[in-house]
Amino acid sequence: MNNNQKQTSKTPWKCGKCGGELQRGAVKASYLGNDFVVEELKCLSCGLVLITEDLALGKMFEVEQSLEDK
Amino acid sequence: MDQDELKKQEAKCTQENPPACTAGCPIHVDVRKLMLDIQKQDWKSALATLQKKQPFPGIIGRICDHPCEAVCLRQDVGEAVAISDLERYCVQNHSAKIKMGIVPPKSQIVAIVGSGLRGLTAAYDLAKKGYKVSLFEKTDRLGGYLRSFPKDQLPPEVIVEELAVLSRLNVQIHLNTAITSQDLTKLQGEFNVLYLGLAENSPEMTELLGEQLQINPFTCATLLPGIFGGSYAGNNSLINSVADGRKAAVSMDRYLQGVSLTASREGEGAYETQLYVNTQGITPLSQVPMSDSFQGYTQEEALQEAGRCLDCQCLECVKACKYMQEYGSYPKKYLRQIYNNDTIVMGMRHGNKMINSCSLCGQCAEICPQGLDLGVTCKATRESMVSKGKMPSSAHDFALRDMAFNNSAEFTLTRHQPGHTSSKYVFFPGCQLSGSSPERVKQVYAYLTDKLSGGVALLLRCCNAPADWAGDQELFQNSLKDLVHEWESLGKPQIIVACSTCHSIFRERFPEVVSLWELMADLGLPEQGVCPTGVKLAVQDPCTTRNEPNLQAAVRQILQELGCEIEELPYSKERTKCCGFGGLTSFANPNLGKKIVEDRIQESSTDYVAYCAMCRDNFASQGKRTVHLLDLMFATNFEEAALRPRVGLSYRHENRAKLKRTLLDSLWKEVLPKKDVAYLQIKLQLDERVLGIMEERRILIEDIQRVIELAEGTGRKFVNPDNGHSLACFRPVKVTYWVEYQEQEQGFVVLNVYSHRMEIVEEGS
Repeated sequence: MNNNQKQTSKTPWKCGKCGGELQRGAVKASYLGNDFVVEELKCLSCGLVLITEDLALGKMFEVEQSLEDK
Repeated sequence: MDQDELKKQEAKCTQENPPACTAGCPIHVDVRKLMLDIQKQDWKSALATLQKKQPFPGIIGRICDHPCEAVCLRQDVGEAVAISDLERYCVQNHSAKIKMGIVPPKSQIVAIVGSGLRGLTAAYDLAKKGYKVSLFEKTDRLGGYLRSFPKDQLPPEVIVEELAVLSRLNVQIHLNTAITSQDLTKLQGEFNVLYLGLAENSPEMTELLGEQLQINPFTCATLLPGIFGGSYAGNNSLINSVADGRKAAVSMDRYLQGVSLTASREGEGAYETQLYVNTQGITPLSQVPMSDSFQGYTQEEALQEAGRCLDCQCLECVKACKYMQEYGSYPKKYLRQIYNNDTIVMGMRHGNKMINSCSLCGQCAEICPQGLDLGVTCKATRESMVSKGKMPSSAHDFALRDMAFNNSAEFTLTRHQPGHTSSKYVFFPGCQLSGSSPERVKQVYAYLTDKLSGGVALLLRCCNAPADWAGDQELFQNSLKDLVHEWESLGKPQIIVACSTCHSIFRERFPEVVSLWELMADLGLPEQGVCPTGVKLAVQDPCTTRNEPNLQAAVRQILQELGCEIEELPYSKERTKCCGFGGLTSFANPNLGKKIVEDRIQESSTDYVAYCAMCRDNFASQGKRTVHLLDLMFATNFEEAALRPRVGLSYRHENRAKLKRTLLDSLWKEVLPKKDVAYLQIKLQLDERVLGIMEERRILIEDIQRVIELAEGTGRKFVNPDNGHSLACFRPVKVTYWVEYQEQEQGFVVLNVYSHRMEIVEEGS
C-alpha cells in the first residue's frame, strides 16, 4: 500500500505527542477479517500512524473495495 | 434467483432476438449487420456477412426474391429498405477472398440428385462439413433453372464462377447422368445417404418415388431409409429452395451421425421475431431511387439507402434509464451477470456494485413490453447477498446508520394531539421532509389538526425503506415491528403520509394509509400560499408513486387549484424517473447518482415541482430550480423556495433533532434535556468547500467534532510546524475519520476531511 509516496519521507507532519519525526515502519492493517502488514509513516516512539488523504482515497480504497467483492 | 427463474426472466428480454428481416429470411442472413457493413464501406465484411448464410452469394445476391423486405420495419416509417438491391450492389461491385472454415474429411459418402438451388445448397453444406459428395445432373451443365434468368441479371459466367466453389470442396460432379427410379436402389447401396434435390410436386420426383412419394416437411425424410427429398412445393421462391436444401442437409448430417432428426429445429426457416422495436418518432424516409436501374445502385446511393436501416433493437428500458446505460448492456445480459455473481463460490464478485446501483424504481417494468423488472431481481439478490454475508459493507453503511439515527431517541416521537387522549389519524411526515423542511412539517401538522377532528397524532421516525432497499430483511422487519408497536400504542389511527416512499412501504401493511396530497385535495388547501398565479411548473413524480395514479392526480389537482400551469415531463406518471435516491443508488454509486440527477433535470428548462423531499433536494444539489409542493402552499417567498439549496447530511440530522425538540416544547410543553456530550461543544468553522467535501464523503459535523475532541484531549495528533495545522483521526465505528484543522479563537477551522474503512492497529499507544 505504499502508493507512490516517495515524498512521504519528507512529510511536513510531526508527532503531536512527542514532536518526533515520522519514519517508515511496519503497520498492521485489517479489513473484513483480512490482516496484513504494510510499511507506513509512523512515530516510532508513540505508535501514531499517518494515513494521508492520497493513501486513504487511493490505494487503500481500492484494496477495501476488492476485499468487499471477494 | 435459481436457474429456472433466471431463464424465465431472461426470456422476457427480447433484445437478443433477431430483427424482422433476419427472422423473415428463410436462411437468416444478418441484414442488420450487412447494412452496417455497407454504411462503413467495409465491403469485405459485407461479403462475408452474405457468405456466412448464403451458399453462393454472387447468385443469390442477384436473384433473391427477398421476403425480408416484406417484413422490414422501415415500412412503418417510409418504405422498406431495398435489401435485395443492396445485396446486388455488393456482389456486382465488390469482391473479396473470404476464408472458408476447413473441416477434417469424413469417410461417409453422399449422393445428390439434381443441381437446382436445392441440390447445390445441400452439396455445398454437406461438403463443407467434410462429407464426400457426388452430384448427379441429367443435363450437361449445373444450375438447372438458374440458367433461365436474363443474362443481364445473372450472367452465365457468374454461375460458373460461383459454382466453382463446389470443385474446391471436392464435390464429384457427374453431368449428363440422369437418375431414374431403377437407379435408386443401386445408389442406396453405394452411398450412405441420398438426396433428391427436386421440388416435391415436380414430375421428376413423382417419377423417382412413385407411390412412395411422401416427404416429411420438417425433416425432408422420405419413406425410404436413407433417402431425403425436396419438401417445399407449389412456390417459386428461390430463397425457399435454398432453405429447403439446407434443411435436408441438416437432416442428412444428423442421419449420418445417428442423432435425432427432429430435436431443436424450431429456429429453422422464416419465422416472426419477438424483438420489440419502437418506431415512434422516427422520421419517415422513402427508398433511395436508382439513377440507373439497369446498373443498380451507385456506391453513393447504396450508402444512402443502407443508412435508412433502422438498426432494429429493443433497448426501450435502456433508452430511459441511466443505470441501464451505465453498464453498457441490456437486461438479458445483466440478469446473467447478476445470477453468476450470486452463485459464484470462489473469486471476485464483480457484479456487486451493479446490483447495488439499481434504483429499484420499476420504470423498466413499466416500459418493457414484456414487463421485465430488473429491480425485482436486484433487490432479491441484495437480500441473498446480505443473508450470505457477502454484501459489501461500504455500500449501504451510511444510509443504514442514518436510518438508525432516525429511529433513535434523537428523532422519534409518538404523541396524541395536544389535549387528546385518542387519535383518529396520525401524521407521519417521514425523515427526509423532516430533515429538509422541518418548518413545513410543523405547518402541515397545524393544518391537519385544524382541518380534522377526532385527534391527529404525530409519529416521527423512519419508514425503514433504507433497510428494505439494502436487502437487510431482518433489520427491515424488526424496525417495522417497532413502528407498528408505536402505531398500535396510538390506537391504530389512520396514517397520513407526506412521503411517497413511506406510502409505498405502508400501503401493504396499513390498508387505510392515505397520502397527504389526496387528503389536501379533499379538505381544501391552506390559504397562506405564495404560488405566483399562472406559474409554469414541470412535475417530478417520485418513482414510488409509479403505480399510484390517484395520488398523482391529486397533486395535479392541487397545482391547478393553486393556479399553476402544469408541464408534463417526457417521462412522467407511470413512466417517471427516479431522482437517484431510490434503492440507495446514490449511496452505493455516488457517480451514477449524479448522472441520474443531471439527466433528469435536463428534461425541461421549466422550474420543477417535486412532492418528495429527496427529489427536491437532489435536483437542487445540481442547481435546478425546484420547489416542493408544500412550498407552494406554505412558503412566504416563491423565489427563495425555488433557489433553496439542498440540505446537507449533517444539517438533516440537526433539523430532525430540532424538529422533535421544538414540537415537544411548543405543542406538548415538554422540554427535552440538552444532550450532554462533550464533543458537541466543539465549535467548528466550515466553509462551502469543506461542506462540499463532507457531503461527498458523507462525513458529518458530529464525526469531525469527535475527532477534534479526542485529539485535543489526548494530544494524539500530527502537527505541521510550518503552518500550524493539526491532523488527527478517530474511529467511532467501522470508519476512521481524519480531520485536518487549525485552532483559532472562535473555534476550529476545518481544512480537510477524509475517511477509510480499513483498520490500522497502532502499537505502543
